Amino acid sequence: MSSAPSVHSLWMTAAGPRDKIPTPHIEYGQLSPVLIVVGAAVLGILVEAFLPRRQRYAAQLFVSVVSLAAAFAAVIALAAGDYGTSKAHVAAMGAIAVDGPALFLQGTILLVSLVAVFTFAERRLDPQTHGNRVDSFAAQPAAVPGGEAEEAAVRAGFTSTEVFPLLLFAVAGMLVFPAANDLLTLFVALEVFSLPLYILCALARRHRLLSQESAVKYFLLGAFSSAFLLFGIALLYGYAGTVTYSGIADVVDGQVSRVDPALAQTMGNDALLLIGGAMVLVGLLFKVGAVPFHMWTPDVYQGAPTPVTGFMAAATKVAAFGALLRLLYVVLPGLRWDWRPVLWGVAILTMLGGAVVAITQTDVKRLLAYSSIAHAGFILAGVIATNKDGVSSVLFYLAAYSFVTLGAFAVVTLVRDAGGEATQLSKWAGLGRRSPLVAAVFAVFLLAFAGIPLTSGFAGKFAVFKAAAEGGAGPLVVVGVIASAVAAFFYIRVIVLMFFNEPKADGPTVAVPSALTTSAIGIGVAVTLVLGVAPQYFLDLASQAGVFVR
Amino acid sequence: MENLIGLLVAAPLLGAAVLLCGGRALDRVGHWLGTALAGVSFLIGAVLFADMLGEETSDRALHSHLFSWIPVGGFRADVGFQLDQLSMTFVLLITGVGTLIHIYSIGYMEHDERRRRFFGYLNLFLAAMLLLVLADNYLLLYVGWEGVGLASYLLIGFWQHKPSAATAAKKAFIVNRVGDVGLSIAIMLMFTTFGTFAFAPVLSEADRAGEGKLTAIGLMLLLAACGKSAQVPLQSWLGDAMEGPTPVSALIHAATMVTAGVYLITRSGAIFNAAPDAQTAVVTVGAVTLLFGAIVGCAKDDIKKALAGSTMSQIGYMILAAGLGPIGYVFAIMHLVTHGFFKAGLFLGAGSVMHAMNDEVDMRKYGGLRRYMPITFATFGLGYLAIIGFPGLSGFWSKDKIIEAAFAKGGTEGWILGAATLLGAAITAYYMTRVMLLTFFGEKRWQPAPDPHKTAGIEPGAEAHPGELPHPHESPKSMTIPMIVLAFGSVFAGGLFSLNDAFVNWLEPVTGHDHGDSPLSAATVTAGTMVVLVVGVALAWAQYGRRPVPVTAPRGSALTRAARRDLLQDDFNHVVLVKPGEYLTRGLDRVDHTLVDGAVNGAAASVGGLSGRLRKLQNGYARTYAVSMFGGAAVLIAATLLMRAV
Repeated sequence: MSSAPSVHSLWMTAAGPRDKIPTPHIEYGQLSPVLIVVGAAVLGILVEAFLPRRQRYAAQLFVSVVSLAAAFAAVIALAAGDYGTSKAHVAAMGAIAVDGPALFLQGTILLVSLVAVFTFAERRLDPQTHGNRVDSFAAQPAAVPGGEAEEAAVRAGFTSTEVFPLLLFAVAGMLVFPAANDLLTLFVALEVFSLPLYILCALARRHRLLSQESAVKYFLLGAFSSAFLLFGIALLYGYAGTVTYSGIADVVDGQVSRVDPALAQTMGNDALLLIGGAMVLVGLLFKVGAVPFHMWTPDVYQGAPTPVTGFMAAATKVAAFGALLRLLYVVLPGLRWDWRPVLWGVAILTMLGGAVVAITQTDVKRLLAYSSIAHAGFILAGVIATNKDGVSSVLFYLAAYSFVTLGAFAVVTLVRDAGGEATQLSKWAGLGRRSPLVAAVFAVFLLAFAGIPLTSGFAGKFAVFKAAAEGGAGPLVVVGVIASAVAAFFYIRVIVLMFFNEPKADGPTVAVPSALTTSAIGIGVAVTLVLGVAPQYFLDLASQAGVFVR
Repeated sequence: MENLIGLLVAAPLLGAAVLLCGGRALDRVGHWLGTALAGVSFLIGAVLFADMLGEETSDRALHSHLFSWIPVGGFRADVGFQLDQLSMTFVLLITGVGTLIHIYSIGYMEHDERRRRFFGYLNLFLAAMLLLVLADNYLLLYVGWEGVGLASYLLIGFWQHKPSAATAAKKAFIVNRVGDVGLSIAIMLMFTTFGTFAFAPVLSEADRAGEGKLTAIGLMLLLAACGKSAQVPLQSWLGDAMEGPTPVSALIHAATMVTAGVYLITRSGAIFNAAPDAQTAVVTVGAVTLLFGAIVGCAKDDIKKALAGSTMSQIGYMILAAGLGPIGYVFAIMHLVTHGFFKAGLFLGAGSVMHAMNDEVDMRKYGGLRRYMPITFATFGLGYLAIIGFPGLSGFWSKDKIIEAAFAKGGTEGWILGAATLLGAAITAYYMTRVMLLTFFGEKRWQPAPDPHKTAGIEPGAEAHPGELPHPHESPKSMTIPMIVLAFGSVFAGGLFSLNDAFVNWLEPVTGHDHGDSPLSAATVTAGTMVVLVVGVALAWAQYGRRPVPVTAPRGSALTRAARRDLLQDDFNHVVLVKPGEYLTRGLDRVDHTLVDGAVNGAAASVGGLSGRLRKLQNGYARTYAVSMFGGAAVLIAATLLMRAV
């Protein structure tokens, strides 16, 4: 293997056997958002190790909030320094892109994570057990559910403050994922954010078996999809002799004439390119939850602790769509005519499948899971547009959608009965009569999901469909609108259920949250309405950020 | 001066806003406020009039552009006012009669607890009507047009607790909508033809457009005029509109709003002049309506409905005159103004009589009232003499001119129209004499007041004691003074206008004027008019003056019975319009229920069924999910390769 200068990368340099190993050149300033979060995650581990149990919660909350805020400030500083536009380039020896889409998505992920931290830290909702305030996470995750050890841990008032560093590690991976500019970085970032999520899914305080089952399923299927991704990467390397996006793109465009002798058998073989590209796509479509790679979504969304579900549904989708966009727009634009029809099919299946199956759901969290599948389809329509508006509309949609999702799941944590959260839809009947404010807030989120004007959902959907129509995907827009109509049915059915049905005698109560969840929901509503009423500024922002560096 | 034009509209509009939004706090002063603002508007009108008289004839028109209302691309709608001699005439009539009727209403509505609201609506009407006549383009005119329709609806249904009033209001509104559609289509046609709907360019370029288009525009404008002015075939609402309080009948459904159609046709004269077919339609409508209304007026025993028939008939005269073109425009407007005086006076007189008679409206239960209500008798009597065209009084001057103009149209058409107008004059003399005799002469036929529990809706203000005979008395000063003022107008306005052709010279710069070519001399026409007048009066006297009048109406001839039912207008509408409409809606409803709902519900059910089946794929086994992923990946890869192969 030779390390030709045109295809070298961080990974190749490290592996290059014959040359003198050069010191990698790292632009620490431009990578600071990631570095801050990783550093804070490590600090969180140290807090777990060295601080007394009583002080960990406050310390972890402090570290998480401050680091996420600082990382966001760093993103803003980079954007203000024109790194999103004129100074966009590829940092860390070709591993990580610093450009408009990356900064926009990183900013979105950081804000979403900050709000998610609020829901993670909520300790008012569950009734106190033995005088201790508890959160949504298991007292002693390693203990057997229902066993004596668990009982002892609950009595002792243990809480799993490890969730905060786990969250931070996941955020770090998500920050890198949409910015990854070579396939290996992409894979590492994927694993960095997936593994903490698998663990987080298993940590629910109530319904622990369901939670653990969901985590195992997520892990198994996630590993399966990672295998596809990895195999696809291998095939692409075989095709191009490099793993960097720009390098592969050059080979696809036929700009590289020099064939690596070690890969003479395979380089330039289109079958490798097509199969490899398709397999990488499979890995990413799994993460965004597109049909037919979506089946983990309802089970995992339902089983995971609700704050984790909210975080996962919002932030993972942002990161994964970011990576998908970069892959399709930077690596494979030359293959547009090959991947577009395939993605058309996936998008149609995803929109219709998600919307249709959601109709018969009886559990709020599963309903929202299918809703997220349908929305993945809508976003795919924007991805398929393959024009600049496509990128910016997807960016806007992701920002809008993530806050709605986070807010909706935060509301779900409030509606409780003796068994914890009352996620059975039938129990939500008449909620609007008992708790008009909570029901009204949830109704706002549902209307945003349905894409009703004056909510961010409408602005996002309009932008995406407009881009798709202009990009020549008119029939896709028609299907999208039909799917939206189907989806509106079940969103509005929930509103009808809450406001126009008689409350049940043994119905759930709405817990009064602390300022943490209140502010999370408040931010969700505020963003939903602001992006709905005055979307132009943010659309412009997304439009400015819509160019990928190569 | 231009700035004052806006104030004309603004004063009553402010009154309406304050009175309608002000709430109960204004109950005690509301009527004074409303009357004062109407008066302010009249004073402004008078100042503008004085100013206009001082100008040279060519400089009299004023324009005031307020703001651009809808500037969109090539479409431009402005809010601008145009005050020329024609608008000025209307402004003085509207604000003058309007103010008098405001004053009258203070007394008439004294015991109504919703009096403030009533004055709010009256002010709203004034504002809308002024907007209608002051607009300098058809779109703004349309706003006023709709505004007066709204005010009319609100006021007809003012006693909404009476089902008959509520129904009448709805009827008026719906019938007017038909006309409004005509106006809106006319405006659209103007925009496509001329690219604008401002008066000045449309009217100056009218003769350059094709005659076909102008005829279409003219017919649509005529439809609009028919709706607002209660002309055949859209006349059916006016009789029922008498359910409203009597001042409303006087102001809106006699003196001002119902004449808006005449204004519209006169204002659009340039269009009609270039579209003879449309003019023929206009005169036909006018001639038919003037006879139709007169015949209906002969048979009605309800004093207000008799007067309503008369209004319809008199407006028929005006429409006919307007349809004659430059020969008639001036006389249409002149008759409109004199009619405004005497008809408002007659209605106020009728209100005064009803006020005195426990709100009894059946003239067969009046009789001999002249001794009990001398002022009402005198003013009503002068109005009566004016409307039948008694020599020297207002109606004589204006109606005589219309009859002359009808003959001057020339040819067979002229003879037919002239004959119709003469016949109308005879019938007018007949039915007005009948009203006069039944009400003020003869023996008392008073009946005990009905039990208020049995009859829904007694006009407030009446202190009716069940079972007692009415105690007729003269009305309070607030009611008699407006009647006296209007009586002066009824007597002198026509003569004043005809002095040295003052009115013709005043309006000619706007409407143009032409003497036509009459086969008969003016004296012959006048003589003919006198003959038919005497015949009409004599017939009525023979029937109602010589012998006692039965309290219950005799069965009468077939024509009488039909006329009592408004010449079967409602039956006609019912059979020709309502029934087919009902069948159509019922049919559509069935289509909606079976086809549309079936399709929608079927689609929903099939989606739901699909959902239930797809849901079973989600069986909870990770292995199934993995297979799904694997299969999906295989298909994806295969499809990608296939795309390349294709």
